[in-house]
Amino acid sequence: MGLGSDMYRQQILDHYKSPRNYGEMEEPTFSHVGENPSCGDTIQVDVRLEDDEETIEYVSFTGDGCAISQASASMLSERLQGMTLSELHELDTDDITEMLGVTISPMRVKCAVLARQVAQDGAKLHNGDIDDLELTNLED
Amino acid sequence: MSTQRTYPIDVASIREDFPILDRHVGGDVTVAGESDGDTEPLVYLDNGATSQTPRQVVDAIVDYYYGYNSNVHRGIHQLSQEASVAYEEAHDRVAEFINAAGREEIVFTKNTTESMNLVAYAWGLEELGPGDSVVTTEMEHHAALVTWQQICKKTGAELRFIRIDEEGRLDMDHAAELIDDSTKMVSAVHVSNTLGTINPVSDLCDLAHEHDAYAFIDGAQAVPTRPVDVAAIDADFYAFSGHKMLGPTGIGVLYGKESILESMSPYLYGGEMIRTVTYEESTWEDLPWKFEAGTPVIEQGIALHAAIDYLDDIGMENVQRHEELLAEYAYDELTAHGDVEIYGPPGDDRGGLVAFNLEGVHAHDLSSILNDYAVAIRAGDHCTQPLHDKLGVAASARASFYIYNTTEEIDRLVEAVDAARQLFA
Ligand SMILES: Cc1ncc(COP(=O)(O)O)c(C=O)c1O
Repeated sequence: MGLGSDMYRQQILDHYKSPRNYGEMEEPTFSHVGENPSCGDTIQVDVRLEDDEETIEYVSFTGDGCAISQASASMLSERLQGMTLSELHELDTDDITEMLGVTISPMRVKCAVLARQVAQDGAKLHNGDIDDLELTNLED
Repeated sequence: MSTQRTYPIDVASIREDFPILDRHVGGDVTVAGESDGDTEPLVYLDNGATSQTPRQVVDAIVDYYYGYNSNVHRGIHQLSQEASVAYEEAHDRVAEFINAAGREEIVFTKNTTESMNLVAYAWGLEELGPGDSVVTTEMEHHAALVTWQQICKKTGAELRFIRIDEEGRLDMDHAAELIDDSTKMVSAVHVSNTLGTINPVSDLCDLAHEHDAYAFIDGAQAVPTRPVDVAAIDADFYAFSGHKMLGPTGIGVLYGKESILESMSPYLYGGEMIRTVTYEESTWEDLPWKFEAGTPVIEQGIALHAAIDYLDDIGMENVQRHEELLAEYAYDELTAHGDVEIYGPPGDDRGGLVAFNLEGVHAHDLSSILNDYAVAIRAGDHCTQPLHDKLGVAASARASFYIYNTTEEIDRLVEAVDAARQLFA
């Protein structure tokens, strides 16, 4: 670790300062929101599926919060395009830290994985695998 | 940046009593204590959360366990008598330190939070009901806020909040409006752990008494940092924690006026707090033991005695002056660029802590970067979530100072904030 501020490599800062795919989608197939209340991180993920109802055509997000949560959402929005929903469900915490390319300190993992969890919960809601989840909350 | 400074206290020799201040950090957090990867010298600025412990206090704990560890008030064997005397004297020492009348007024608890709950349950549940009000402040720690909120829900009493103004001070006109004849309790923090505001607690106690209400003062950040005289304040209850004043965790103090404690029923039942027991009835021990059920915090009480001796040697006026010096220095240095907002009163009128945000950088990012620079501060809502909502931020970073801190350490904080500023520019 040392004085390098490893968690804040250029890539993270770049995605934080100029987030990709930022904004609300006109006609998403589904969209879902989540938050980490104690951090004040909030994320909304909008997803449009292709006609096969399985392949992700386009993802956008809006949100507010720390650099880790927002950069993670931005990177994920790029990564998800072209993936299938079952591939989305397979993404675990390691995949996210790998995507971010930095070591995430234990206290910050919930920031890093918020967007992924929101996308996964949104997909499950869409497919009726879960019902009645207004808000994803990683602190519950 | 600082030049060689003269402090009101001998910081260099104080630091020698705290081995942990020589620690390096930066390595594997799953290994407790210094290990190979720990290369950066620690700057510990999280004293508002918990203070470090000098050798003298650790020695008192070791002396107890190696020399006279034993249960109190039970045995007639010598060790038990020695432990009992030392434990009782710890109460006397606390009483002397805050100018209480005597040990009858000093109950040892687990922490400030438990002291608060003791009064809320033993007094509040009994005495409060619909039509009554409890008046507290917008800057309360959750220890007070959540406790009164829940006790009021249970009893039907109304909870009222004294407003804070732009500078984070209590609006005392509003206090005078809110405190009325329905008020049974006024509960206020002495020094805010987020704003650093030093509240006019004796005025609040006067207002309470004018309406025959009691006053509970949360002194968790006050007793460690300044002279406190509960008699002069005229508080009915006053609470603080040992671990924020060089003592160990696991001990808190509840001061209560003797006549009030006398009139209250016990909070916990069991051994140590009874005088006579039959299958049908029990009678209670004298104060303060009536409120200390079960085997109490013996080691912690004895260690708190040692912590008080240590602080008294330095002198609480001097501790306060050192805190003020560091607070003002930190305030000025941090705000020099105009992009750091510090919550609460100005630098020359506050307790020894600064909670702040750097424009454009989330508090958790800031504290992660400060951690990379080996500067230990607190990030989050510091157990004042409603206050943060009112300030319009989810979280803040808080640096809090103590007797062993220096302006050089604050320079390290400022450098780390500068690094964050540049990273996010
Ligand atoms: C003002 C204030 N009140 C109460 C507390 C609670 O103290 P403890 O956690 O020791 O019960 C704290 C510290 O966390 C505090 O700063």
